[in-house]
Amino acid sequence: METTRLIIVAVGGQGNLLSSRVLGEAALLAGVPVRMSEIHGMAQRGGVVESAIVFGDAKSTIISDGEADILVGFEPSETLRALNKCNSDTVTVTNLAPAPPFTVAIGRGVYPDIDRIQSLIREKTRRLIALDATALAREAGNVLAVNMVLLGAMTQTGIIPLTADPIRETIQTKTREAFVETNLKAFDLGFQQAECCLVE
Amino acid sequence: MHKLLTDKPGHKLLLLGNEAIARGAVEAGAAFATTYPGTPSSEISLNLFQISKETDLYFEYSTNEKVALEVAAAAANAGVRTFCMMKHVGLNVAADPLMTLAYVGVTAGMVILTADDPFMFSSQNEQDNRYYGKLSGLPILEPSSVEEAKEMMAEAFALSERLKEPVIFRTTTRINHSTAPVVLGGIQKPKPKGHFTKDPMNYVTVPAVSRKLHARLLERWDQALALAETSPYNFTEGKGKFGVICNGVSFGYVSDAIKDLNADDRIKVLRIGFSHPLPGKLITDFIRDCDKVLIVEEGEPYLEEGVKAFAQEAGLTLPIKGKAKELFSRLYELDPATVRERIARYFGLDYTPRQPVDLGNVPEVPQRPPNLCAGCSHRATYYAVKKAAEGLDTVYPTDIGCYTLGFLPPLSMGDFLICMGSSVSTACGFAQATDQKVIAFIGDSTFFHSGITGLVNAVFNNHNFTLVILDNGTTAMTGHQPHPGVDMTRQNMEGYGRVSIEDVVRGVGVPHITVIQPFKVKKSIEAVREALEYKGVSVIISREICMLYAKGLKELNPRPFYISDKCKNHRDCIQEIACPAFFLEGERVRIDPTACVGCAVCAQICPENAILPLKKEG
Repeated sequence: METTRLIIVAVGGQGNLLSSRVLGEAALLAGVPVRMSEIHGMAQRGGVVESAIVFGDAKSTIISDGEADILVGFEPSETLRALNKCNSDTVTVTNLAPAPPFTVAIGRGVYPDIDRIQSLIREKTRRLIALDATALAREAGNVLAVNMVLLGAMTQTGIIPLTADPIRETIQTKTREAFVETNLKAFDLGFQQAECCLVE
Repeated sequence: MHKLLTDKPGHKLLLLGNEAIARGAVEAGAAFATTYPGTPSSEISLNLFQISKETDLYFEYSTNEKVALEVAAAAANAGVRTFCMMKHVGLNVAADPLMTLAYVGVTAGMVILTADDPFMFSSQNEQDNRYYGKLSGLPILEPSSVEEAKEMMAEAFALSERLKEPVIFRTTTRINHSTAPVVLGGIQKPKPKGHFTKDPMNYVTVPAVSRKLHARLLERWDQALALAETSPYNFTEGKGKFGVICNGVSFGYVSDAIKDLNADDRIKVLRIGFSHPLPGKLITDFIRDCDKVLIVEEGEPYLEEGVKAFAQEAGLTLPIKGKAKELFSRLYELDPATVRERIARYFGLDYTPRQPVDLGNVPEVPQRPPNLCAGCSHRATYYAVKKAAEGLDTVYPTDIGCYTLGFLPPLSMGDFLICMGSSVSTACGFAQATDQKVIAFIGDSTFFHSGITGLVNAVFNNHNFTLVILDNGTTAMTGHQPHPGVDMTRQNMEGYGRVSIEDVVRGVGVPHITVIQPFKVKKSIEAVREALEYKGVSVIISREICMLYAKGLKELNPRPFYISDKCKNHRDCIQEIACPAFFLEGERVRIDPTACVGCAVCAQICPENAILPLKKEG
């Protein structure tokens, strides 16, 4: 089976690891070979969390620079920071709601302009799907469901070798019962929103 | 029931490497497990700790790795299958018992896991612990994948029992923190009690005994070598005149590279999973019909040195390369693209690498370094010490834990760090060798781990410094594991004792001891000032529970603050304590009410008293 390489970047606390977990379990359910790795040493302390998910016949669990087929960023400046993982054929999905790092507040850095981030990514990669996942999560009933919105959006791209069904089923069985309904709603909102972006 | 106790052989579970390793130990019937937590090994022990509450497995968080290994060594010599796990630098702490335990051996299976950390994702160095195999004479097994880690764990216990020696099980971060589907095997029931048979002429390592035991170790080394020569963990794949020898995660990168390069008819691979003693005959046979050989390994040229020595003995002069300027570095970790490119180049294969996008016009993205949490007591302690020491020429030796992050600006409280416990002992040296004011920082868990001996030294040699013990009631950095000072009843766990840091400090004879509550800013500054004036060893215990730990125990009652209109934008709050709950809205400082827990430190330092508690709604 062809190899598909997915990178997810997020800020600690955005639920990146849960979304990777859902993808992994969904792949297991669908019989798609999967391997993943994560760097999350200081996630709870506001650092960057990066997951690599490799679908298909490969033994590696990490993804080299320039080799991601799809990049998903839960925060726009983090999506930009991870651009080194992309090549001209990469599809990028990003949340547009910024969560500026603390260094900006203390004057040790300037947060890049959101439009500029989008135009840079558009110019360098195959396609950008940009959405306000935070607003959609809020609409779904839980602002913390940003991860589910982006799961929906990345599924819509058709790049990852999984359809919505096994992912929805995994959300039902593997996420906390109290949140299943909002999680599914958030997933669907992301899925739909990305479809609009694809049409554009 | 714990997920790793699922008794369904053949069933597939998606497991983190560390979960797979813990499951492997469960399947092998490990009955005794000891550790000191350390990334990237921590989830192994965390899972075994949870499992021990449901099964006959005995598990303990020991005070440090040396203690963990000694406790485990006794159990393994009482006939109980024992697992001792730690991060790579932990094995340095445990190196003393390791070296002589190799002479003594074991009567039941014993596996010592070292989790190495190439690239230093969460470590102070990236030492290659395969050399501990050479140094101690003990066998080493190294898995290449999550699935293999589980399988190999069971085999490691069997190998240990066969050789009557502990087996070193070496992983790297990319095994520990990778996830893959794993097929479960059957679970062997643990045998939690054994019996120690006296045999002092084999167990008490006085010189006359050790001379005999060393000879026995070398005999066992020979047996281990014979097993390595035929071990299924040392296997060959593919065919051709080009040879690659590799180990650990490199094997995955090599396999993928050969597939991507369509070169499996030209390149054959020798994967070394039983890597000490190195199987010299197997390696020699492999390289004998190669035109050239590439060694792909992270870290030091451990395999490469061995392979070159075997080639020399066999009179083989083919090119053998690994670590070289144009090939592989001894620094950091490998990755699939690097391995693919080097293999193609070394063997002269066609290959066009994927071009990463040009980042030339991408603006610099502001850094997002990890930060002390909003409401972290360490921030308050650092602020108090900084204020109390204003105007002094200071040196701040620091130690390993969340509080190490205090070395970053704007707190900038941390000047020197080499290893666990070094804050206290290096403070002795700085105090003696300079006329600067030395103030050292150590966390509660680290204090128990290896801070106490340094403090005894300070008292005996009458060094002049202040030690601040940051007591947040848990081992926060690695995921809130207990330590000897923790009140286990708070987690509804019985059968534990508790050691008071204050009693220990008093007991070793520290003449000046102060306990502060760091969220009381003014009082804390005064107390620190007084301690700094003392000539000799003074200790400040700064006691406040870790905010995240309290949250986990459901003992946190957040009471967020906000910045009122009285604010005149001095920005002392943001500039001096840099709590991540602050953010800028235009030119105004604001507090994120979902992040603020109400430690009120900022409210106490605001010159306008503009930071006030949010009134609860309703």
